Amino acid sequence: MAAVVVSSLADARRTAAPPRAAQEAAWVRWLLIAAALLFVGGFLVLPLAAVFTEALRRGFGAYFAAFADPDAIAAIRLTLITAAIAVPCNLVFGVAAAWAIARFNFWGKSVLTTLIDLPFAVSPVISGLIYVLIFGLQGWLGPWLQAHNIQIIFAVPGIVLATIFVTFPFVARELIPLMQSQGSDEEYAAIILGASGWQTFWRVTLPKVKWGLFYGVILCNARAMGEFGAVSVVSGHIRGETNTMPLHVEILYNEYNFVAAFAVASLLALLALVTLGLKTFIEWKHQQALAAIP
Amino acid sequence: MSFSPPKRSVLPGFGLSLGFTLFYLSLIVLLPLSAAFIKTAGMTWPAFVEAVASPRVLASYRLSFGASFLAALVNSFFGLIVAWVLVRYPFPGRRLVDALVDLPFALPTAVAGIALTMLYSRNGWIGQFLEPLGIKAAFSPLGVFIALTFIGLPFVVRTLQPVLAELEPEMEEVAVSLGAGRWQTFVRVIFPEILPALLTGFALSFARALGEYGSVVFISGNMPFHTEITPLLIITKLEQYDYRGATAIAVVLLVASFLLLLLINLLQKWSRRFHFV
Repeated sequence: MAAVVVSSLADARRTAAPPRAAQEAAWVRWLLIAAALLFVGGFLVLPLAAVFTEALRRGFGAYFAAFADPDAIAAIRLTLITAAIAVPCNLVFGVAAAWAIARFNFWGKSVLTTLIDLPFAVSPVISGLIYVLIFGLQGWLGPWLQAHNIQIIFAVPGIVLATIFVTFPFVARELIPLMQSQGSDEEYAAIILGASGWQTFWRVTLPKVKWGLFYGVILCNARAMGEFGAVSVVSGHIRGETNTMPLHVEILYNEYNFVAAFAVASLLALLALVTLGLKTFIEWKHQQALAAIP
Repeated sequence: MSFSPPKRSVLPGFGLSLGFTLFYLSLIVLLPLSAAFIKTAGMTWPAFVEAVASPRVLASYRLSFGASFLAALVNSFFGLIVAWVLVRYPFPGRRLVDALVDLPFALPTAVAGIALTMLYSRNGWIGQFLEPLGIKAAFSPLGVFIALTFIGLPFVVRTLQPVLAELEPEMEEVAVSLGAGRWQTFVRVIFPEILPALLTGFALSFARALGEYGSVVFISGNMPFHTEITPLLIITKLEQYDYRGATAIAVVLLVASFLLLLLINLLQKWSRRFHFV
């Protein structure tokens, strides 16, 4: 299985190495820690700090004025709508795929698992392009769609489709290894004791995987709200109509309206920080649960 | 009583869940992706070659592959240090640093793009120190490299961490008791153990960088032949309504990505065999 997204609850990390006879000299240790902190600080913390500094450069008044703009509000609304459709779709898919792959043996299982990962290997730009090839004016279904007055590309449905594509694997690839490692003994017991299939799923499986599910959903949501490349290809950039938050950031930035661009960007950066916080919290919860098992 | 797994599982829902999985996968992923290949198959060979091997496109490959390779290389080096420090040395703020490593996964690429551009432009926090040295970071190939390094960092760290955590301390103790120095132990004992994971992290980081768009377009300046990456060229062709040209380049990039995916799968198999023997 290709771990294209590397973070996973399934590989719970052990930290705190035991005291060992073989240790580096103290100066080597501090040198390495300094190098790591310098790299993380320079490459990760500085950009994050720059977003908030630039957003607040002209004070809170200018900062909040950026959100009073009707185009900004429309962009925020579109981003929320897109995520509200894309995340549940991929959640249902992830649960179905994990149930099929982790609970049954069938021919072609490993191929299927690799295919589910495929969208992670595809450039975001191409993820948008393939939908233009199908639904665009010159695309396969283009003439038919135009005859029936349905617009998908350069409209909201295209944005939702492209977002579903780029966030496709998140929930599935979080759940599959987790459910595989848990095994199906409890489900067998529930069925043998007379529970129906849905009862087994709601009362036995779901409580067991709830943290993994939540983990997959928050990562899926962060990507759905932040996707830029794929959405940029299919959106058409119509202000107030087909601009998501990241696209609105681009437009403001290209108009040299830096304070507003970074203000909207700071909202997305906050979303990223909340996502990281929740992720760390779930990992901590999961490790506690693992430690509780004798 | 038999302990072999039952031939027919007692659990229900196989048909429904697998059926839905295959349907959704085909509809969302396989069918649209095949559209790119089918569209390209309709081109004549000379037209395809002209689309994917014109000088401007070749220049974009050189930049995209070159900068991605260098970024993955730098990430492998510093990623190893970061993973090593996070697994082995307790220091204040370790949890925070550990959580921050995932920032490039969570931060929308457009946000990363404008933030990096601000930092490295001529009067930015970092750019102002590079300017007197004659180094132009933003709007140059160096800027592309910086953005790709940012985007690829978590891959190496997250691939190495579990492997480093599982290393047996006894092996290192044996090496020391047999008279090896610390550096010798690292080179001869630890490094061969973590090499498959390091290569996997390198390949993941490289693959991600190859297709990256959002974080690069702001800092690169997008000058043809100079700072134009391949994904941007696809968008440029699309905006000129050259759908065939755009799709042909996309197919080249897709094939490269799929080969990398295959390589990553093989590397992981190798890595697993390494650890369970």
